[in-house]
Amino acid sequence: MQAEAVPFLLRMGDNALILGHRLSEWCGHAPVLEEDIALANTALDLIGQCRMWLDLAGEAEGKGRNADDLAMLRDSWEFRNLLLVEQPNGDFGQTIMRQYLFDAWHLPMLNALADCAQPRIAAVAAKSAREVAYHLARSRSLVIGLGDGTPESHGRMQSALDNLAPYVGEMLSPDACDIAAETNGYGVSAEDVARECRAEMDMTLASATLDMPDVMRRAGPVRTGGKTGRQHSEHLGHILSELQWLQRAYPGASW
Amino acid sequence: MSSEWPLWEIFIRGQHGLNHRHVGSLHAPDAETAIRHARDVYTRRNEGVSIWAVEARHIAASSPSDKGPLYEPAQSKVYRHPTFFDIPDDAGAM
Repeated sequence: MQAEAVPFLLRMGDNALILGHRLSEWCGHAPVLEEDIALANTALDLIGQCRMWLDLAGEAEGKGRNADDLAMLRDSWEFRNLLLVEQPNGDFGQTIMRQYLFDAWHLPMLNALADCAQPRIAAVAAKSAREVAYHLARSRSLVIGLGDGTPESHGRMQSALDNLAPYVGEMLSPDACDIAAETNGYGVSAEDVARECRAEMDMTLASATLDMPDVMRRAGPVRTGGKTGRQHSEHLGHILSELQWLQRAYPGASW
Repeated sequence: MSSEWPLWEIFIRGQHGLNHRHVGSLHAPDAETAIRHARDVYTRRNEGVSIWAVEARHIAASSPSDKGPLYEPAQSKVYRHPTFFDIPDDAGAM
């Protein structure tokens, strides 16, 4: 694995880590038991995927850091996750909408990576894609059910979509790192992934009777700074302080 | 909210060739969601290859208070068990 792959692998791993952590915050608090377990399952899937990506990243980096070191001992500006996944849980509707928007991109991304020329990246992507296919089926069906539901649930889903829409552009607009990944043969055509993702969102949001905010139709990014690490929202610092405090307070602690 | 959702009984088949077995119940607004919930609640540890979900109100059940009339007449009637036949040796294990 080449060292140039590191930023790309960190993006994949950090998205899974931060969204997985966000979902784990629901454990014991979801509106019904069945959704509580489903959210925790999704969180565990993502944490598992994060481990595979970050182990690859550590290996490619060649400085002897493993997934735990990368997850627990980096500061917020070194994280490469999308701004979307660090957004607060809000109500159940906002959590499900955030999940859906991410899943709609994550699945085509993993499917494309599963066919890429780098065999170890392809293997991690293929394993993750099976889990994420279920995540998307679940979040899509909830978005449609709640969007096309009661006036109360429709209103909550629409305001969740309005709140999160500005973060979709960062996910769908390739930057230098995405393009480098593509030309190095271990990435994928970000344009193709974005096209597939937009088609999925068009269809599902229409079935959910939700209005797609104009800001989501724009070609370029609106809010940026997550996947480059340049400007994360304040939320990431709070996530990391909870996620990392034990390793920071008791370095090397294990059980 | 969950009190408004109907109750579903969940049956899971562990392997090809075995019967579906009742594993428990859960709440869901519709059949599709019931299957999804069953997947999340009951198949996390690779328990199954097939899920059935039946809305609990569609299951007709005998009443526990009918226990006497329903089952007691069958007690003390050993002749209803096929235990009085001599099985020929070449029939093998039955």
